[in-house]
Amino acid sequence: MANISKILVANRGEIASRVFRTCKALGLSSVAVFSDADRTSVHVQAADEARHVGPAAARESYLNVANVLAAARDTGADAIHPGYGFLSENAAFAQAVMDAGLVWIGPAPQTIRDMGDKERARQIAQDAGVPVVPGSTRFEPGNDTSEIVKAAEKVGYPLLVKAAGGGGGIGMRRVDGPEKLVETVAATQSMAAKSFNNGAVFLERFVPKARHIEIQVFGFGNGDAVHLFERDCSLQRRFQKVIEESPAPGLPSDVLQSMARSAVDLCRVTRYAGAGTVEFIVDADSFEFFFLEMNTRIQVEHAVTEMVTGRDLVAMQIDLARGRLAPIAQDEITRRGHSIECRLYAENPGKMFMPSPGPLEIFELPAAGESLRIDSGYRQGDEVTPFYDPMLAKIVIWGEDREIARSRALAALGAVKVQGIHTNRDFLLSCLADPVFSAGDVHTGFIETRLKTLLAA
Amino acid sequence: MAIVEVKAEITGNVWKIVAAVGDSMEEDQEILILESMKMEIPVSAPEAGKITEILVTEGSTITEGTVVARIEA
Repeated sequence: MANISKILVANRGEIASRVFRTCKALGLSSVAVFSDADRTSVHVQAADEARHVGPAAARESYLNVANVLAAARDTGADAIHPGYGFLSENAAFAQAVMDAGLVWIGPAPQTIRDMGDKERARQIAQDAGVPVVPGSTRFEPGNDTSEIVKAAEKVGYPLLVKAAGGGGGIGMRRVDGPEKLVETVAATQSMAAKSFNNGAVFLERFVPKARHIEIQVFGFGNGDAVHLFERDCSLQRRFQKVIEESPAPGLPSDVLQSMARSAVDLCRVTRYAGAGTVEFIVDADSFEFFFLEMNTRIQVEHAVTEMVTGRDLVAMQIDLARGRLAPIAQDEITRRGHSIECRLYAENPGKMFMPSPGPLEIFELPAAGESLRIDSGYRQGDEVTPFYDPMLAKIVIWGEDREIARSRALAALGAVKVQGIHTNRDFLLSCLADPVFSAGDVHTGFIETRLKTLLAA
Repeated sequence: MAIVEVKAEITGNVWKIVAAVGDSMEEDQEILILESMKMEIPVSAPEAGKITEILVTEGSTITEGTVVARIEA
């Protein structure tokens, strides 16, 4: 059993402060690390002690393994919590922490490595019986067309014909039914042969209207695991999440249960240890779901889950790492009400959401309370530097139901005042007030398709 | 020949300079790429012309409005 008395958080901003809060609650000492750009940051003051780890650029400071380990050694920290981003999904770092004789608060390095390799993760999921996006083997130009037709039936329509040598949407064509299949495959093959010097293509199911639903899981490292329900993260812009909520509006409970079961199965076979998130893409019309990836760390939006379950996920992570976590049965985890998280970003929606670093001349957030949680790494007078991500604060609301949570979110955001830089506050307000969002008809194309309306509101 | 100043629209770090003094640029062609808040933001030629000066170096931090290059349009 590992004894932990002092935890170093290898991170910055709101997540570092959030972990320190739990350290304090558990009676543990805490160590912050900081770069040149963060000397006076909120997270530095939230810890019991702090160590400088390098220049402003993340790769020389927060990503500098040697400096982070030296900070742990100097301060006598006996465990490292990685937060999210930075080194949190770096298997070599996890191993280096353990090799230095410290406790790593996270899953085993091998699990991090397996899940970080998208193809390997897909294989592990498939072996665990978790549905993955249906795909075919490769077809070279001149292959038997009846085989292609058969493969397409198995994959299902609509589907994408993808060039094996392509990427980033290049060399992709959509087919909605068998009529155009053979000719599209031939056309894609000939285009691929010219563009990539490789005429091979494969078929993959296309989900035209998709939702991004993820299951919060917690594994005990012995093959046992539980889930803490789902989060709907469909409101995204360029793969950046904007608003998250739990429960997911309008999804049948048998679908959600089936997704949660799949996520737990994946944790069981990998003997997963700690907090993790299994991401799925869900067809918004048929409710079919497919495994996307697994994040082997605490997630930005974990607060949503904490609001509806009353559990402290970071405390669970720490207690598991020090061998003090009492077993939790699935039926002990219950959910109450509805939670919505809005991410306040330093960006300018009027200028194609360009980042907006600068001074926080005014930075006023509403007072937190029972139904309002605010996690932020900034305070009035701080400089938002261009070195790190643009998230200024997470505004997390709880309500007895979705409508109450939504109206409280509108009120909370309405009380946010920022001057000195641009933020997406008004854009968040438009999203929350939008009739389509309000009806719960969310999908990953929501922001893109309603952008004009949302910006004009 | 008019000299046109190329300004950064945003505070950031110069990540990569992709053009050189003497290069003939088309309108909207990238001169350099800034990195700000984990995003890559290109700075492009406001009009066609020849680059006469590049005033920043890779790795330096610049503020919004900084003149990063001059073009003879």
